[in-house]
Amino acid sequence: MEIIKVEHLSKSFGTLEVIKDISFSVLQGEVLAIIGPSGSGKSTLLRSVTHLETVTGGSVTVSGEVMVRDGIYADAATLRSICLKVGLVFQNFNLFPHFSVLRNITEAQIHVLKRSAFEAEKRSMVLLEKMGLADKAHAYPFELSGGQQQRVSIARALALDPEVLFFDEPTSALDPELTGEILKVIRELAAEKMTMVIVTHEMSFARDVADRVIFMDSGVIIEEGDAESLIRNPRNERTKAFLKRFSE
Amino acid sequence: MFKMLEAMFQGTLVSLEIFFLTLLFALPLALPVAFGRMSKNRGISALVNGYLLIMRGTPLILQLIFVYFAPYYLFGVSYDRFIAVVVAYVINYAAYFAEIYRGGIESIPRGQYEAAKVLGFSRTQTFFRIVLPQVVKRILPSTANEVITLVKDTALAQTIGVAELFRVAQNASARQFSTMPIFIAGIFYFLMNWVVSAAFSRFEKKLSYYR
Repeated sequence: MEIIKVEHLSKSFGTLEVIKDISFSVLQGEVLAIIGPSGSGKSTLLRSVTHLETVTGGSVTVSGEVMVRDGIYADAATLRSICLKVGLVFQNFNLFPHFSVLRNITEAQIHVLKRSAFEAEKRSMVLLEKMGLADKAHAYPFELSGGQQQRVSIARALALDPEVLFFDEPTSALDPELTGEILKVIRELAAEKMTMVIVTHEMSFARDVADRVIFMDSGVIIEEGDAESLIRNPRNERTKAFLKRFSE
Repeated sequence: MFKMLEAMFQGTLVSLEIFFLTLLFALPLALPVAFGRMSKNRGISALVNGYLLIMRGTPLILQLIFVYFAPYYLFGVSYDRFIAVVVAYVINYAAYFAEIYRGGIESIPRGQYEAAKVLGFSRTQTFFRIVLPQVVKRILPSTANEVITLVKDTALAQTIGVAELFRVAQNASARQFSTMPIFIAGIFYFLMNWVVSAAFSRFEKKLSYYR
């Protein structure tokens, strides 16, 4: 079953066309990695599918519900319901600094999903336990390391039980030694068959954890395919040139 | 001496009334003004911008005189001086507070709004739960500045004949041929602002549990 279906998506900032007629889909339980050089439009693609950017044209369908068709958006109520099916983990975490770790995770459960405080806290503690941060529940974001903050933000996204989780370069703001702990969490989620779309610069990670890889450059998909074979044996010259820098 | 001090306490009471009534109305009023300034509707933002320019670009003493006398010259009606003082101060201070709020609101990183949106918060929830609490912390120091200025600005109310602390002190000074009462008034203002500063410091400390 297709969780995400993107057809002929385009996005321009003024006259600058950042995404040009892109189509792809994500199946349930699949992990898709999007790779490509800086400025290739991969983050914009992710932000368009999560409705943080308004697209210029094309269609996006999220588990059967149309978010935008031929550049025309669904009504506000539909958009909100779609929004709840989609989780997003940001490059720089974007935790709420004035809330404790626990409240960062419970707030939307209580005020958006209308869960009881008890239920929300229970769910949050289960997730924090899973992230190895149960002892940090009452700490504030500034007291945590970058890797810990990112794990909290993953827990915050998971708490709303999204059908698909997007990651926008989740390790780019982290020291190399902290990167590992995030990749481990994502690996665990993949093992649980969580549907995920990951924009990343970690090639070996993409190869290990992703089922499929999309290579993007200047707003178009250059190559798409099975993770192992695309990263090992890219066919397109541009993909080869890009991946060469990582193989040394 | 005792009688003079009693009169000065009376005057202080009037000053405090002006002070608290101004804050009571100006602090909340400044929020819609700040939103008007940030509005994408050009008409609204231009209108609010004009209001801000006038309020911040002309002396408070002149605004005070205008608010009190304009209705008389225009419509032949006069009204209570004290009300005129409060009205003039509220519209003047709301302008300054609005600009402080705007600065605070605009300083909140876009990522906070994006995170809130992705988590499904409505725009109202985002503002009141996520943005405003962070704004309050950020604007405390500049708000404290304005509030301290307000304490001293209450002295201008005498321009239209409201007997606040400074007017009382001046009267006493004239009667006694001595500057002593004015000095004492100075101590009064100083003490009031000491309390204001201390209150803001405490509030800042209370909000220092996060960064």
